[in-house]
Amino acid sequence: MVAAQLLYPLTKLAADASEHGSGHGTEQAGGHGGEHHAVGEKITEVTSHGPWLLNHAWLIVLIPAISYFLILFFGKKLPKKGHEIGLASIFSVLIMAFVIAYQWITRGHEYESAVFGKSYTWWRNGPIELGVGTHIDGLAVMMIVVVAIISTLVHVYSTEYLKGDVRYTHYFAALSLFTASMMLLVVADNTLQLLVGWELVGLCSFMLIGHWWEDKNNTNAALKAFFTTRTGDIGLLTGVIMTFFIVQQATGEGSFSILDINNAALSGTVGHTLLFMTALALLLGIIGKSGQFPLHTWLPDAMAGPTPVSALIHAATMVVAGVYLGARVYPVFWEGFNIGETSINMMVLVGGITILIGAALAFVQDDIKKVLAYSTISQLGFMVMGLGAGAWTAAIFHLFTHAFFKALLFLGSGSVAHSGSHHSFDMKKDMGGLRKHMPITFWTFMVGTAALAGVFPLAGFWSKDEILANAGEAGYKTFMIVGFVGAFLTAAYMTRCIYLTFFGEYRGHHHPHESNKTITIPLIILGFLSVTAGLLNAVAFDIHKFQEWVEPKGAFPYYNLVEEGGAYILHAPFSVPKAIIASLVAFAGIGVSYLYYWKKIGFVGLTEKSKLAKAFHTFLVNKYYLDVLYTDKIVGYTKGAIAHISYWFNQTVIDGIVNFAGKATVKIGEFTYTRADQQGVDGVVNSLATGSQGTGSELSRYQSGKIQKYGAALFASVVILALVTLFVIR
Amino acid sequence: MSLNYYLILAAFLFCTGIYGVIARKNGVLVLMSIELMLNAVNINLIAFSQYQQMPAGNTFALFVITIAAAEIGVGLGIVLLITRNLRSPNIDQLDQLKG
Repeated sequence: MVAAQLLYPLTKLAADASEHGSGHGTEQAGGHGGEHHAVGEKITEVTSHGPWLLNHAWLIVLIPAISYFLILFFGKKLPKKGHEIGLASIFSVLIMAFVIAYQWITRGHEYESAVFGKSYTWWRNGPIELGVGTHIDGLAVMMIVVVAIISTLVHVYSTEYLKGDVRYTHYFAALSLFTASMMLLVVADNTLQLLVGWELVGLCSFMLIGHWWEDKNNTNAALKAFFTTRTGDIGLLTGVIMTFFIVQQATGEGSFSILDINNAALSGTVGHTLLFMTALALLLGIIGKSGQFPLHTWLPDAMAGPTPVSALIHAATMVVAGVYLGARVYPVFWEGFNIGETSINMMVLVGGITILIGAALAFVQDDIKKVLAYSTISQLGFMVMGLGAGAWTAAIFHLFTHAFFKALLFLGSGSVAHSGSHHSFDMKKDMGGLRKHMPITFWTFMVGTAALAGVFPLAGFWSKDEILANAGEAGYKTFMIVGFVGAFLTAAYMTRCIYLTFFGEYRGHHHPHESNKTITIPLIILGFLSVTAGLLNAVAFDIHKFQEWVEPKGAFPYYNLVEEGGAYILHAPFSVPKAIIASLVAFAGIGVSYLYYWKKIGFVGLTEKSKLAKAFHTFLVNKYYLDVLYTDKIVGYTKGAIAHISYWFNQTVIDGIVNFAGKATVKIGEFTYTRADQQGVDGVVNSLATGSQGTGSELSRYQSGKIQKYGAALFASVVILALVTLFVIR
Repeated sequence: MSLNYYLILAAFLFCTGIYGVIARKNGVLVLMSIELMLNAVNINLIAFSQYQQMPAGNTFALFVITIAAAEIGVGLGIVLLITRNLRSPNIDQLDQLKG
C-alpha cells in the first residue's frame, strides 16, 4: 500500500492526458483554446466564466470591508456594540468560502487547469496597465477556507473573551478589516495588489497588538512588530518592482500579473541574475512577515495583543502570508535559487536555521503564549524550508494543518488565562494542575499538542512527515536531519508546556473553572480539525485529496513538465522508515520531557552534583537563565547550549551590533567634539556666526511678517527676472 | 480678432489681481484678486489653444477652474478662522512670522 505509487507527476499526467484526450505536450504550445484547460497546459490568462462564485470571489473581500465601515460608524449605537455586524459578515464569508471550495472541487474536467477570476484596469500609462482582480486557483481557495474558518471561530471566541472591553467595537472593526485585507492579499492577481493587502494586514496587526495601548509595553510591541516587518517590506517592495522587469525581459512588455510572472520565470528567457535578485528581495519580505531568522524577534513580542488576535493573526493567517507569497510566485524562487538542482540555497537555509532557533528558544519561556510564539516561528521555518527544498505541496499542506492546531493552542491558552489563571500567562506562577478544573480546554490542548508534535495520525504528523520526506528525496539531506531535530525539540517543549500548565499543583491564587461554551465550542471544532485535517493528504493511505485540489495544474509548474528539464512539484513516495523515525523522534521528545517533569528522572539535580553545572548555575542568577539550565538537563548539554547560544546570540550579537553601532557613534562624536570641533572648526564657526548675525539683523528688517510685503517682493523679483530674461540673456 | 487683444486683456486682469493681492487688506478681497489672476491665466490658455488649434489649453483651463474652486474653499475657510480669531478679516494684522 505504501509502495511508490506516488511518482505522481509523470504517471498521473500521462494517464490524465490520455484520458481526456487533450492538453498533452505538443498541444501546450498551441494555446489554451478558450474552454478547455487540461492538465499540463500552459495558462496565460484567467478564465472569466464557469462556476459563478469562483469568478466573483471579490465579494469575499467586499463583505468584511463593508462590515468594517459599518461597525466603525454604527457599532457603538447597536445593542451588542457592533459584534452582530462582524458575526454576520464573517458567517457569510464562511459560507461563501465553503461554496467556493465546493465549486472549485467540482469544477469539472474542462476547467481542470484553469485559473478563475476577473481583472479590471484601474490605471493605465501607455502600454502599461495596472489591474485589480482576482486569481482563484487551488492555493487561493485553500487559503480562503483557512482564513474564513479561523476568522469565524476567533470572532465567536472574542465575543466572550473580550466581553466588556473598553474598545470592544473597535476590536471587531479591526477584525473585519483584517479579514478583508487578508482576503485581498489571498485573491490578488498581481503582485501590486498583493503588496497592498500585505501592508493592510500589517496595519491591522499593529492596531490589534496595540489594542490595549494604555500599557506602554503593548504600544512598544506594536511598534516593534510594525517596524520589523517594514524592514522586510523594503525587500518585498523591491522584489515586486523587479517582478515587473522579469515579465518585461520575457515578453517585452512589463506586467505585475502573477500568471505572467510565473510564466516568464519558467520561460527560460529571463536572465538568472534578475531572477536571483528578485527571489532574494522577496525572501527578505518573507523573512520579515513570516518571522524567519533574523527578523523573528517581533513575533514573541506581538503576544501583547489579545489572545484571539494572536491565534488569528500571529499563528494561523497573517504570518503565513510570507509562505503564501513564496508559494504564489514559486517559479521565481525555483529558478532564482535553482531549487531543483542544489542541495542548499538561501531559502532552505533560512528555514532550517529558523526551525532550530525558534524551537530552542521555546524551552526558556515561562509565558505560555511566548512558548507558542516561538513554536510558530519554528513551524514557519518548516514551511519555508519545505518551499526551499522543492516540497511545494508539503509546505502548503503544513500551512493548512498548522493553522488549525496552532490556532487551537492559542485559543486554549486564552481559555486558560480567561478562566484559569486570571489573565496571567505565566505558567510557573499562575498555572499548574488545571487539568481537573478545565477538562475541555485540557483535552483540546492535548490534541493540539499531539498534532503539533507530530503524533500519528494527527494533522501535524502527515504534513511534517511529508516535508521531511520530500526534503530528503530532493537531495536536501542535511535539512531533513535539521527537520528531525526540530521535530524532537517541538515534542519536548510542548510536553514541558503541558506539564507546567495542566499538571502538578495549582500555583495561582484564584478559583479556576472551565470556560463557557462560547470559548469551548471553537476549541472543540478546532480540535476536530486538528485530528482530521491531516487525513486530506495521508499519503500512507493513498489519499491525495489536498494535492489534487490545491496544486496548480496549469499556471505553474506543470506546463513546463513536458519540456525537457522543466520544473515540477516533487512528490516523494511515502517512506515507512522515515515516518517511523519521525514518530520515534516525536515520542522521544515527549518521553524525555515526561521523564524529567513527571518522574524526575534523567538529569534532575545535575546542578547539585556537577561543579561545572553549579558554577554555571551561580553564574546565571537570572530566572530566565535558570530555565535554560533546566532545559539543558533534559537532553544533556548540547541542546541547552543551542538554546543558550541562540539566546546569547539574540542578546549579545544582534543587540551587540546595535549597541556597538550606538557606542561607536558616541565615541566618534566625542572625538570629533574634542579635537576637530572645539579646536579647529569653532574658530571658523564663531567668525562666521558674527558675520551672519550682522547680516541677519540687517535682513530681519525685511522680515516684517506682513504677507503682502512678501507678495510684493515676490512679484517685483518675478518682474525683474522677466526683464532680465527678455533683455539681458537674449 | 488677433491674439494680442486677448493677451492684453489677460495682462490687464492679471495686473489688477496683483494690485489687489498686494494692496487690499481685506482677506476676502485678496482671495477675489487671486481668482482674477487665475482667470487671466485661463484666458491666456484658451486664447493660445484657439490660436494653435490644440485642445490641450482648454483642458488645462478646466483643470484650473477645478483647482480654483478647491482653493477658494480652503481660502475662505482660512479667512473665516482669521476673522474669528482676530475679530476682523484684515490680514494686515497677521505678522506672527515676523523674524
